[in-house]
Amino acid sequence: MSQVHVHTKINGDTTEFLCEADEPLLDVLRDRLGLTGAKEGCGTGDCGACSVMVDDRLVCSCLVLGAEAEGRTIETIEGMADGEKLHPLQQKFLDHAALQCGICTPGFLVAAKALLDHNPDPTETEVRYWLAGNLCRCTGYDKIVRAVMDTAAEMRGA
Amino acid sequence: MLDKTAENGEFKVIGTRPERPDGVDKVTGRARFGADMVMPGMLIGKVLRSPHAHANIKSIDTSAAEALEGVKAVITAADFTADVPEAEYDTMVNCIAHGKALYDGHGVAAVAATSRSIANKALKLIKVEYEVLPHVTDVEEACKDDAPLLHDNIFTEGLEETPTTPSNISGRVQFGHGDVDEGFAAADKVVERKFRTEATHQGYIEPHACVGNLSPDGTGELWCCTQGHFMVRNSCAAILGLDISRLRVTASEIGGGFGGKTTIFIEPLALALSRKAGRPVKLVMSRDEVFRATGPTSSASMWIKIGAKNDGTITAMEGLLKYQGGAFKGSWVSLGCMTAFACYRADHMKTVGYDVLVNRPRAAAYRAPGAPMAAFAVESVVTELAGELGRDPLEFRLQNAAKEGDQSSYGPKHRAHGLMETLEQAKAHDHYNAPLGPNQGRGVACGFWFNFGGQTSTSLNIGADGTVNVSVGTVDVGGSRASMCLMVAEELGVPYEKVRCVVADTSSLGHNDITDGSRTTFSSGMALILSARDAKQKLCARAAKIWEIPEDAVEWVDGHARPAGPNAGEFDPMSLAEVAGKAETTGGPIAGHHECNARGAGVSFATHMVDTEVDPETGRVTVLRYTVFQDAGKAIHPAYVEGQFQGGAVQGIGWAINEEYIYGEDGRLQNAGFLDYRIPVASDLPMIDTVIIETPNKGHPYGVRGVGETSIVPPMAAIANSVSAAAGVRLTELPMSPPRVLKAMDDAKA
Ligand code: FES
Ligand code: FES
Repeated sequence: MSQVHVHTKINGDTTEFLCEADEPLLDVLRDRLGLTGAKEGCGTGDCGACSVMVDDRLVCSCLVLGAEAEGRTIETIEGMADGEKLHPLQQKFLDHAALQCGICTPGFLVAAKALLDHNPDPTETEVRYWLAGNLCRCTGYDKIVRAVMDTAAEMRGA
Repeated sequence: MLDKTAENGEFKVIGTRPERPDGVDKVTGRARFGADMVMPGMLIGKVLRSPHAHANIKSIDTSAAEALEGVKAVITAADFTADVPEAEYDTMVNCIAHGKALYDGHGVAAVAATSRSIANKALKLIKVEYEVLPHVTDVEEACKDDAPLLHDNIFTEGLEETPTTPSNISGRVQFGHGDVDEGFAAADKVVERKFRTEATHQGYIEPHACVGNLSPDGTGELWCCTQGHFMVRNSCAAILGLDISRLRVTASEIGGGFGGKTTIFIEPLALALSRKAGRPVKLVMSRDEVFRATGPTSSASMWIKIGAKNDGTITAMEGLLKYQGGAFKGSWVSLGCMTAFACYRADHMKTVGYDVLVNRPRAAAYRAPGAPMAAFAVESVVTELAGELGRDPLEFRLQNAAKEGDQSSYGPKHRAHGLMETLEQAKAHDHYNAPLGPNQGRGVACGFWFNFGGQTSTSLNIGADGTVNVSVGTVDVGGSRASMCLMVAEELGVPYEKVRCVVADTSSLGHNDITDGSRTTFSSGMALILSARDAKQKLCARAAKIWEIPEDAVEWVDGHARPAGPNAGEFDPMSLAEVAGKAETTGGPIAGHHECNARGAGVSFATHMVDTEVDPETGRVTVLRYTVFQDAGKAIHPAYVEGQFQGGAVQGIGWAINEEYIYGEDGRLQNAGFLDYRIPVASDLPMIDTVIIETPNKGHPYGVRGVGETSIVPPMAAIANSVSAAAGVRLTELPMSPPRVLKAMDDAKA
């Protein structure tokens, strides 16, 4: 099968890749570009472990084709920290012990950042519904929700 | 053995909540999990799985697949020898069917190719001729005389007379003491009921994944996500006929296990493909494969009978438990029987269990395996009996709770534990007295788990700058590296930040048993504390050498060597860094080690309390408030202890309300994905409150008990008690999904 040539910007870097026409963006990121921070928990859009931003939209990268990334901007977990400085969400996840095994964590962080970017003052219910597409089997979500609420408060300067 | 306690204020860092050492890697995407590994020249493997629940495999033609360009190896059962030790035989046959497919999803063949798409194409080219056989997936159906038989060489074990005809009941077990008939005769009130639970999956978010690389000389390496890389090494070596010393297994970061990663599924296939292809092979399961071919827990059919006097004293407890373990022996029904009545004292107890074979995937351990279903049944009857006697359910439990010195349901006498305290704290908690609204109910339930010790080997190396590396052979599923570093920092008297922990590969440490039985913080922690003591002795000896005084004239206090005793002389204390800095001239590197088969694991009890609301129109159950009271012995890192309590409770909530394996008439699993097998999501839940109780375990230097498993034992019962109160009718089947709850309410009205 002939491959598709795709031009994107990923975490600020101009990136080109070849992929098969039916290849999910998640596979491109993980297998072709070595960006293994996004995880595959299901491959069917049900777990959110593969969450990334495509042009400011939160998506499951397992449901987007690599070819669809043509001309778009992609942000992954690898681009969340500012050099050595963790994003406040990353730091709060550590402070609150909001991860146990950590496989779901990249997806939660990307999704939570998308929430706070458009709603800096979410209620607990809003956090819970926004994150309902991200599965975590270890924590029972309690500490994740607390970490997100606490980050929001800190970023608002509250 | 208890050397330090919280009461005497000796702990300096134990009980604090520092950032975990692997934390930054895990929030930045750098941590490498099973599927994140790449090796040079690596091929992609795929497994062909049976679409039938039960079928003879007449023939497998792999020639077309092998002829496809890019395909480098195809394997079937023919690539494995039958000459495998008995203990590993079922494991091998579960990885790849030998002559007969025993369940929908059973592996039949595997390929390795230069790309995923070629591997997928190759699977379609493998021609398998099946002779479909009648199947059985229900535990009660499988027990019937005319049920389709899974294995013609399994005869029920544990009967007085060995039967002459094969059976799907692979074994019968019995536990107890006293005479239950006598006990029931002395009772004023007796409640008995039947219960059913459906199979659930551990539901770890990371599918099984590995990369195997086996050279023609029988030397190999394997990277995989597992709860026990030493177990993986030993099992794979046995199945492939290798010396265990030639196979080096490295555990990746692990994306959840909950017991489901305590055995192997794809690892020997990756190694066999690699051996055939002469290149590394990566095998990663899809979610569909995870559901169809790995670890569900047993579904169960149970009967429980409990009697008590009018004054509330329980006189007798009896149970019959039937658990299916899938297509192979080993359903953990024994543990169900042993734990069922463990929270209580009664002169007369009896549990009988049947281990039943059905055409489903081989059951794998799931967090306190066997215990949660039994607790669901027993704790439902306990609450009902309390109600019949007009007693408060917590009071009734307090009156009958097992205490130190009582005969336990599973054999030994109880040692000191925290059950009473969990009940007392539950009773005193404001949750217990908070008002309830219409259609709401409150439930409580208790739970017990043994906790294990087991074979453990650890190592501790002190660097020239006085920082410390520790190596453990137990994987970090939920922050255990932080607990390890805390215990070593405490023991050596150095700051937590100066200690770093790695999970070492199988060639670097002695054998370590799998991470099961909530054993990691207990066993590896104990071995590390003793490794640190070993190192301290050596540090003192080095200081003695520097000061030119006898070794026994040096003691280790607060991270420093100090002269002590009458013949020591006057010297300034030397810090760990100072002694370590001189190691080269005082005898070389300084290290500590410990190997043991850890004994003295402390049992753990919990009481859970939950409020639910039942929608009278739809039968939908909403969890409104949840509080966990559990004995941790000693919480090394309380945040991760709370995390274990919360995670277990929420898995239990899923099991109670949503989760179930659904099989069709054709014996195929109908909901092999997270859309249709729905685990709890954030919007389903309230915060999960926790109360940590610390009744030290005298079998551990710091009093640690395992905490990971007990938390999933009480939830289903607590929720059933709560929903039954809210709905006004006793719920006896899991999951309590809307149609079931609605039907129970309608039946009660009719
Ligand atoms: S892997 Fe994309 S949603 Fe699960
Ligand atoms: S921390 Fe393990 S799945 Fe979320």
